[in-house]
Amino acid sequence: MSHPTDGNGSAKFAIGCGAGFASDRLDAAVELVERVALDWLVLECLGERTLAFAHRDRRADPNRGFDPLLERRMRALLPRCRARGTRLLSNMGAANPRVAAEATVGIARALGLSGLRIAVLLGDEVTEKLAPDTPLWEGGTIAERGVPVGANAYLGCEQLLPAIATGAEVILTGRVADPSLFLAPMIERFGWALYDWQKLAAGTLVGHLLECGMQVSGGYFADPGKKDVPDLARCGFPFAEVEAEGAAVIGKTPGSGGRVHATTVKEQLFYEVHDPTAYHTPDVVADFSAVAIEEVGPDRVRVSGARGAPRPPSLKVTVGFDGGYLAEAGVSYAGPNAAARARLARSVLEERMRVVHGYRGPLRIDLVGLRSLHATALPEPAEGEDVRLRAALRAPDREPAELLLWEVEALLTCGPAGGGGYRGRITPQVTTASASLPRAAVTTRIEVLEA
Amino acid sequence: MSRRVPVHAIAHARAGDKGDTSNVCLFVYEPRHYPALLRAVAPERLRAKFPKLLRGPIRLFELPHLHGVNLVMENALEGGVNASLNLDGHGKSWSFLLLGLEAEIED
Repeated sequence: MSHPTDGNGSAKFAIGCGAGFASDRLDAAVELVERVALDWLVLECLGERTLAFAHRDRRADPNRGFDPLLERRMRALLPRCRARGTRLLSNMGAANPRVAAEATVGIARALGLSGLRIAVLLGDEVTEKLAPDTPLWEGGTIAERGVPVGANAYLGCEQLLPAIATGAEVILTGRVADPSLFLAPMIERFGWALYDWQKLAAGTLVGHLLECGMQVSGGYFADPGKKDVPDLARCGFPFAEVEAEGAAVIGKTPGSGGRVHATTVKEQLFYEVHDPTAYHTPDVVADFSAVAIEEVGPDRVRVSGARGAPRPPSLKVTVGFDGGYLAEAGVSYAGPNAAARARLARSVLEERMRVVHGYRGPLRIDLVGLRSLHATALPEPAEGEDVRLRAALRAPDREPAELLLWEVEALLTCGPAGGGGYRGRITPQVTTASASLPRAAVTTRIEVLEA
Repeated sequence: MSRRVPVHAIAHARAGDKGDTSNVCLFVYEPRHYPALLRAVAPERLRAKFPKLLRGPIRLFELPHLHGVNLVMENALEGGVNASLNLDGHGKSWSFLLLGLEAEIED
């Protein structure tokens, strides 16, 4: 197949993002692969809590614990990636990468993709390697916080590169730092050294901009009348054309909706970044404070100027814990005097929970339509004519959670006039904390499976 | 002649979270409004405006070449996604909380 070439005739390197979180769109990923000659397609699907839930799933059933959308994504993308000569890299292995790879072999065989090779990176799970007295970044120790449901180290390019070197068309991983999923293919392509901090920072910048999918290409951006985005319903995924020194042009699927502009790139540049001069990954400490952003064409923005310093000495570990239950329940009031009726419902519910039942735990009651998301920050407006009481609590066991649902539903006949639309649900929770682990404590290996 | 406008009129923003720490980056549309943005989101002003929400240290990183700032606010997410009872436990909407502040611009 043909890859885009620059003026000197040397092949450009194109890497795209076809998922920036577990629930990201699939049709747009198909369009990206079909319309852009990508060297690599990366699917980033593994949030911190997603992985903790995956550990639970694996415990319940050893054949689960990987991304539940893996089969649908692979069915749609494997044949197209193979036809286009695009290699696929994803952390959809979650808490069970080996079984995810076996499932992918099965899918490839069913699709007639014989000979497809899948390399799987193992060894990010460190649950058994963490002593109970391991300190947590948030304070205290693991033992003081509880019994972990699972713990994983953020692997980097050093661990991922051997999987890429196998030449396998598909690479599956568990926990790998998100930017590393993009940086490792660049390192392999351009032969950058693992201590070439400037180039690793440049590639990390590209990975950071791509890792949240459409957040750099028009998603999570539209503000009608202020920042308009064309055809948001058909927003395209982004890709980068990377130069040998690490500068890159960010673009998006041709013919798709969305927008790549200096403003979309700026917003994503500091997304979940704290000190702009010290963005820590397993590969490098990157400085984004002097990044240059240049519009070089329609929906094409060139980024350069990241600087690098030596990588952190240890690896970050995320530890998942049981988080008890979250209960949420609501009932709505509309029309004349709705705000007053909703306020009365709130005071009735508070008295029922606190006084009648003696519940002492955390309880939040918002009046959606008056003030909810910003209720802690801003005063509550007096009026509103379509108001939803929304109550929430967290508890280590189910009993208070069930009590809240019962009491909110009882507001229908026992509360103010005209309440309707009761809904309630209880969802098991996980929580996460962070710890550090010496690099030498983490040993990884690669397995290659063939369809 | 100066007048008061919502920060939303002069800037755009995005919020992210890590644990109980919120970061919001804001950028002005027009470079001439950069000083007004810096005044509008100065950490001491934010603490005074939202004392119940912003309960920890606030750092402001200036990014003058991009006409933007990155605000890092600790203990600002009501416990964060692990503990918050807010519908928006990630504080994704903190960007528009700050865009709702007033800025004083020169005409």
